[in-house]
Amino acid sequence: MSKRWMIALKVAAHAACLGPIAWLLWHLFLSVTTQPDALGPDPTHTVTFFTGRGTLRLLVITLAVTPVRRLIPKLSWLVRFRRLLGLYAFFYACLHLMTYVWLYAGFSWAEMVDDISQRRFITAGLAAWLMLLPLALTSTTWSIRKLGGKNWNRLHWLTYGAAISGVIHYWWGVKTGVKTPLTITVVLGVLLLARPLLKYRAQVAGLRAQKARV
Amino acid sequence: MRMQTKSEIPSSEITPKEAWMNRRTFMTAAAATGLAAMAGEGARRFLGPATVHAEDKLTTVSSPLSTPGLTPTPLEDITHYNNFYEFGVNKGDPAQNAWRLHTRPWSIQVEGLVKQKKTFDIDALLKLRPLEDRVYRFRCVEAWSMVIPWVGYSLSEFIKQCEPLSSAKYVQFLSLADSKQELLPWNAGISWPYSEGLRMDEAMHPLTLLTFGLYGEALPNQDGAPVRVVVPWKYGFKSAKSIVKVKFVKDQPHTTWNDLAPDEYGFYSNVNPNRDHPRWSQKTERVIGAPIWKQRQPTLMFNGYGDQVASLYKGMNLIKDY
Repeated sequence: MSKRWMIALKVAAHAACLGPIAWLLWHLFLSVTTQPDALGPDPTHTVTFFTGRGTLRLLVITLAVTPVRRLIPKLSWLVRFRRLLGLYAFFYACLHLMTYVWLYAGFSWAEMVDDISQRRFITAGLAAWLMLLPLALTSTTWSIRKLGGKNWNRLHWLTYGAAISGVIHYWWGVKTGVKTPLTITVVLGVLLLARPLLKYRAQVAGLRAQKARV
Repeated sequence: MRMQTKSEIPSSEITPKEAWMNRRTFMTAAAATGLAAMAGEGARRFLGPATVHAEDKLTTVSSPLSTPGLTPTPLEDITHYNNFYEFGVNKGDPAQNAWRLHTRPWSIQVEGLVKQKKTFDIDALLKLRPLEDRVYRFRCVEAWSMVIPWVGYSLSEFIKQCEPLSSAKYVQFLSLADSKQELLPWNAGISWPYSEGLRMDEAMHPLTLLTFGLYGEALPNQDGAPVRVVVPWKYGFKSAKSIVKVKFVKDQPHTTWNDLAPDEYGFYSNVNPNRDHPRWSQKTERVIGAPIWKQRQPTLMFNGYGDQVASLYKGMNLIKDY
């Protein structure tokens, strides 16, 4: 992978991750100037679901990198995009959290404590964000070196936890009977299953290779 | 290669004259039917005097039962932000799919504990009483709210015509469930038809509206055309849409959302900021159509209609009987 290609792809990745935010900001600007309904009839709901879905999708894409690399070894260079994707997932998660803190709780501690203790979907959402926080803080190369590769990898297994907690947060937040979170759940399920399956496949291939050498 | 001359085509291959003529007739008939259907719809709209269609103007009078001092939500929002799961579970689905609904012919069947079973044609219902402009607050259980200028008359007027027996303690409303007109999606998790109900005194309350329109025009399909019920002091799912049957019963009837999640949606479902939904708070609501930083407002007990309806619930524990 030539350097020029890598730079081009990285720019494209940043653009793809920031594009939706730009869309949101543009529509927010429209809603306060010329087009009051630019964010739809329920702008709070629109922004909340936009940032929430963005978080889950980016988390899922981040989790897809390793299985894709295992399936298609030629795409090994994708690992260099994992940090970028993961940090954007955290960024969207922060925006989503801000939407809740500002628009739903009105910056009221009392309301937030009430919600966190009584509304389980909020508890699940906060848990997901709290799992992403240490991952964002240890995303630097310095951290990998300080923690050591093995420990750093173990810590970053929290990505699974955050994704699962995030999906549960989604299911618990929608009305009973509604099945909109199904798609992302299935995708996440496939990705979570893919890892042990691909590992198993690699092991089997390894054993076969060993046998052939004997 | 020998060329096949005309005489060598076996006579059995020649299409019989009758079949050929019939095919022509069929094609002409098909085209004509298509054109006629389009023309018919146009003609109906132009010529039909007694039938009303979605977005046709209605003659209305003002009403003391309308809530003063409210700014109605823009029509665009009222018609494009709907929970009408028969047409899809996303808020924009009913606006996209409700065109499939045929609102004529339409009738409401009345049965159960009544003097005699009756069927009321929609156009007769439209003429039963003068249609009133009633601006009401509308509060969805999902914690968003609107102000809607409905058109209709008190349900009690209709109930009088039904002549219920004194043994009737509840009214049940059944909505249209027709797979030929509606999508009835599986991922709504609902078993159709949509069923709702009221206690007799709630149904007879003057605020309870048999509704035919909004903003001075016949109900758009996605808002529950051609006739629905509106109960402004309860969560919006109690205001059943596109009603086809009204049943007077002795016992509390099954209602769709209560059947689906009894701990979340009670039979009464009066708007109550003190009784949270198990999964979200009901203390505040988001005003639809308001700018994002001004959406949040506190929820009012009985959606602000307490002085008119609180007496119906005297002595009841509304946290228990939610």
